[in-house]
Amino acid sequence: MGEIYDVIIVGGGPAGLAAAYSAWQNGAKSILVLERDREPGGILQQCIHNGFGLHHFKEELTGPGYAQRCYDLVKDKPEISIMVDTMVLEVRPDKTVCAVSPERGRMELRGKTIVLTMGCRERTRGAIRIPGERPAGIYTAGAAQRMVNMEGYLPGHKIVILGSGDIGLIMARRMTLEGCKVQGVFEICPFSNGLTRNLVQCLDDYGIPLYLSHTITQIQGKERVTGITAARVDEHMCPVPGTDFAVDCDTVLLSVGLIPENELSRSLGIELHPLTNGPVVDQHRATSLPGIFAAGNVVHVHDLVDFVSDEAAIAGKYAALTAAGKVAVAERTLPVVTGNAVRTCVPQRLRLTDEGESVRLFMRVTKPMRRVKLVIRSGGNLILSKNLLAAKPSEMIAVDLPAGKTVGLRDDLVVAIDEEE
Amino acid sequence: MKSEKKMLHCICCPLGCEITASLEDGQVVAVCGNSCPRGEKYAREELTAPQRMLTMTVRILQGKLPLLPVVSARALPKERISDCARALRRITAKAPVRAGDVIVPDLLGLGVDIVASRDMDRI
Amino acid sequence: MDREADVVVIGGGITGTAILAELARYDLHCVLVEKEPDIAAGTTKANSAVLHAGFDAPQGSMKARMNVAGNRLYHELQEQLDLDIQWTGSLVVATDAAEEAVLHELLARGQANGVPDLVIWDGKKVHEQEPNLSPQIRAALWAPTAGICWPFGLAIAFAENAVQNGAEILRECEVTGIRTEAGKVTAVETTAGLIRTRWVVNAAGVEADQVSQWAGDTSFSIQPRKGEYVLFDKTAQPDLVKGVIFPTPSRTSKGILVCATTHGNVFVGPNAQNIEDREDTAVTAAGMAEILNGARKLVPKIPLGAVITEFAGIRAVSSTGDFVLGFSKNVDGLVQAAGIQSPGLTSAPAIARYIAGLLVKASKAALRADYQAGRPAHPTLRTLTPAGQETLIAGDSRYGRVICRCETITEGEIVDAIHRPCGARTVDGVKRRTRAGMGRCQGGFCGPRIVQILARELKIPVSSVRKETRASYMYYDKDEMSGGNA
Repeated sequence: MGEIYDVIIVGGGPAGLAAAYSAWQNGAKSILVLERDREPGGILQQCIHNGFGLHHFKEELTGPGYAQRCYDLVKDKPEISIMVDTMVLEVRPDKTVCAVSPERGRMELRGKTIVLTMGCRERTRGAIRIPGERPAGIYTAGAAQRMVNMEGYLPGHKIVILGSGDIGLIMARRMTLEGCKVQGVFEICPFSNGLTRNLVQCLDDYGIPLYLSHTITQIQGKERVTGITAARVDEHMCPVPGTDFAVDCDTVLLSVGLIPENELSRSLGIELHPLTNGPVVDQHRATSLPGIFAAGNVVHVHDLVDFVSDEAAIAGKYAALTAAGKVAVAERTLPVVTGNAVRTCVPQRLRLTDEGESVRLFMRVTKPMRRVKLVIRSGGNLILSKNLLAAKPSEMIAVDLPAGKTVGLRDDLVVAIDEEE
Repeated sequence: MKSEKKMLHCICCPLGCEITASLEDGQVVAVCGNSCPRGEKYAREELTAPQRMLTMTVRILQGKLPLLPVVSARALPKERISDCARALRRITAKAPVRAGDVIVPDLLGLGVDIVASRDMDRI
Repeated sequence: MDREADVVVIGGGITGTAILAELARYDLHCVLVEKEPDIAAGTTKANSAVLHAGFDAPQGSMKARMNVAGNRLYHELQEQLDLDIQWTGSLVVATDAAEEAVLHELLARGQANGVPDLVIWDGKKVHEQEPNLSPQIRAALWAPTAGICWPFGLAIAFAENAVQNGAEILRECEVTGIRTEAGKVTAVETTAGLIRTRWVVNAAGVEADQVSQWAGDTSFSIQPRKGEYVLFDKTAQPDLVKGVIFPTPSRTSKGILVCATTHGNVFVGPNAQNIEDREDTAVTAAGMAEILNGARKLVPKIPLGAVITEFAGIRAVSSTGDFVLGFSKNVDGLVQAAGIQSPGLTSAPAIARYIAGLLVKASKAALRADYQAGRPAHPTLRTLTPAGQETLIAGDSRYGRVICRCETITEGEIVDAIHRPCGARTVDGVKRRTRAGMGRCQGGFCGPRIVQILARELKIPVSSVRKETRASYMYYDKDEMSGGNA
């Protein structure tokens, strides 16, 4: 195994597969995808519901269906190898990757470029400090989803869900269809983070109550969950005394946030952004270390896998071009800064040549808003504005900046929301 | 003549308009609150003959994995979804299977096939 | 099913397992009974994990004597039993003159107890050693012989060593009574049958007074006292503290500590609250707030945003104010090892020697000829060199499959945890032996996989796998569902 791959991709989910295909399209001759699960496809394999692919494949697909399409694009390409059941232990700045698998033992693999596509993990009960006992029956929604959809076991029968993001809503429906009783979904914010479609088709359809501005204040049960206490919260998200009530259940599913999985990135010493919890990247998805790229949920948590594929395609393309020495040196680096009501924006910097380049910016707003204007300014000059009918923190917004608009930019790009009508 | 008003949230776009529809004898006679024609169409369908796609898993024998994700080829009547889910809980498929293969033709006589969401190779 | 034994040890915590390991040196048929599916499932898994130097306990008490002796014994046993211990030293810190005076009391008491090398440092030296301490701290008592450990790891090591030497551990075996005849022990009644025995060692932790009462000895009672803890992510603030930081103690409690763990985490706690329900290990919002406030007084930069988990343990506080060790005064054959609250963890090997000594003398048992010190080796992928890793995986390919991503634990290690002497039978048992599930994702990734490995290796259905306690079932077969809502 003395060869040096053009591109080594860490993680074989939708981002990794899209990066591999794009790298291939852009001339890379040896592409290696390293995947820790028994097959590629990542989290999509357990997302058996539909709603994926409307943008990317122009078709509504299930998660496994989307994964199948991504895999079909790469499976017969001799330039692309996929190693499954393989865990990457370390990525070094010199682009050596240490990995282990039962079949191959310990490997040290060398790449001209690396693309990090490790995805994300779920926030835990411990991290949000729910008081109470620690019985069996408390699971993050994704872990329960894996058991239900891939292994064939139920986490319990009478279910309370904390968190009304899409994962929680989807699991509310899933558990009901498998014959369980979902007692309710509790959401600490005054609004749900999930798509309206999921609120209707996962909760309303099944008469599952949604308790906004509520949280779980205690979990009971010594051996197995026996119930929870819920309470209303105030504007500071603190439980309001006297509003608590008991809910009978044997299972608590937590859908309380996703965190990009950047252990490898941290060990590498890559610059991470404090709000996205992912690497700081430029428009090519290059990180702060030359030759190392990142894309997908590891950079910032997406809600549409279609955007993940788009983003990963960029990373794959520029990894391939970089491996071939074909990327022009940038003249300028421009930070992309968030302004009013914009929480995060990726990429966080632009590396521009004099020719300019079309760039797609992905951002999230800080609060739900209607009929506002997204504005991009540089040094006080308006570069682009876009009317938004509605904007929610839970829905990532994509804005295309044409190449022409990026020519001659000198000052920081500020992405903000103008709230006046 | 039975008059009633029903409220629903449109799911066609992120605006999520709150639509109010007036019905007489179960027929939609007026729709308001929508910002576009798609909303009116959705409200009419949703209130008279609501449909849903169904996604489930079924057991699969001799497959690389124990479960096969499946999806309805088209939308099913919303009020039959629970029956359909219960029926699928009793189905066992057999590997190998290709994405799109029909696992259960014409489920419960509703004219909709249930198909495999992905390939599943034999073990 | 009736059994016979020379000694029955009741309780599979640090005290019971240490005693069993000591007894296993001798030609005695010893059986330990533990009501849960695994050992170290009680207070042994939920404490400060500190090996105390021994200056805190009252002079002349059993606590003082056993603490100092136990500390010394751990230094000796560490290599032999491959114990996860780091001798970090401890600091009791003072923020004003009154507290400084207490430090001097502790120093004197420690010296009288036989604790070596105690010294009082001024503020400057304290902050050199621990730069993240509050600037209010102006002096500290430095105890270099104190350390931190992996507490359930110690119990597991004792248990493996004992079983290796012929001792028996019966798990899921709850004591329901003790039979005596004319004031002499004849048998132990359990949920798994009767065990006829000459001697009973009462190491039943929070239930020790109940066990003692069953035998007819009511000389002490146990007041359960809960302590809560909060554990932080390793990366949150590397080297936040190097060792153990105590506040100046109050009369009832050593106070809320800030400690490093042997795996690079930081954790804080405990508070102290008398409770009625002996099984109440619930963590409370008020308790967490109390601990975090207390910790912040010592270390202002506690990384509140990086909590991994919280837990609580129950101290077994004896009404006598000290350990209850030795032969029962009115029941022949009953040996007490009760009231083991802090410094119980540190004292365990010394308590074991003491109790075993009494039993060996009374029974005139001889040393076992085939006694083996140490315990089986348990290779871990992450600690090996690249060449070592290659060899390990070549020998058993399961060491090449990483199951717990956060802590880099392989399937080979999990399988070893299950099949070793006194092996894991539950998810938490795997966790305690391997660390799988202790990382920042708290079992989100590895949890389902561990359950399946347990089912496969124990040859039981997935639906029979438990988390920790007897009825803590994790998952259910889909076919079981009848009716329901859909």
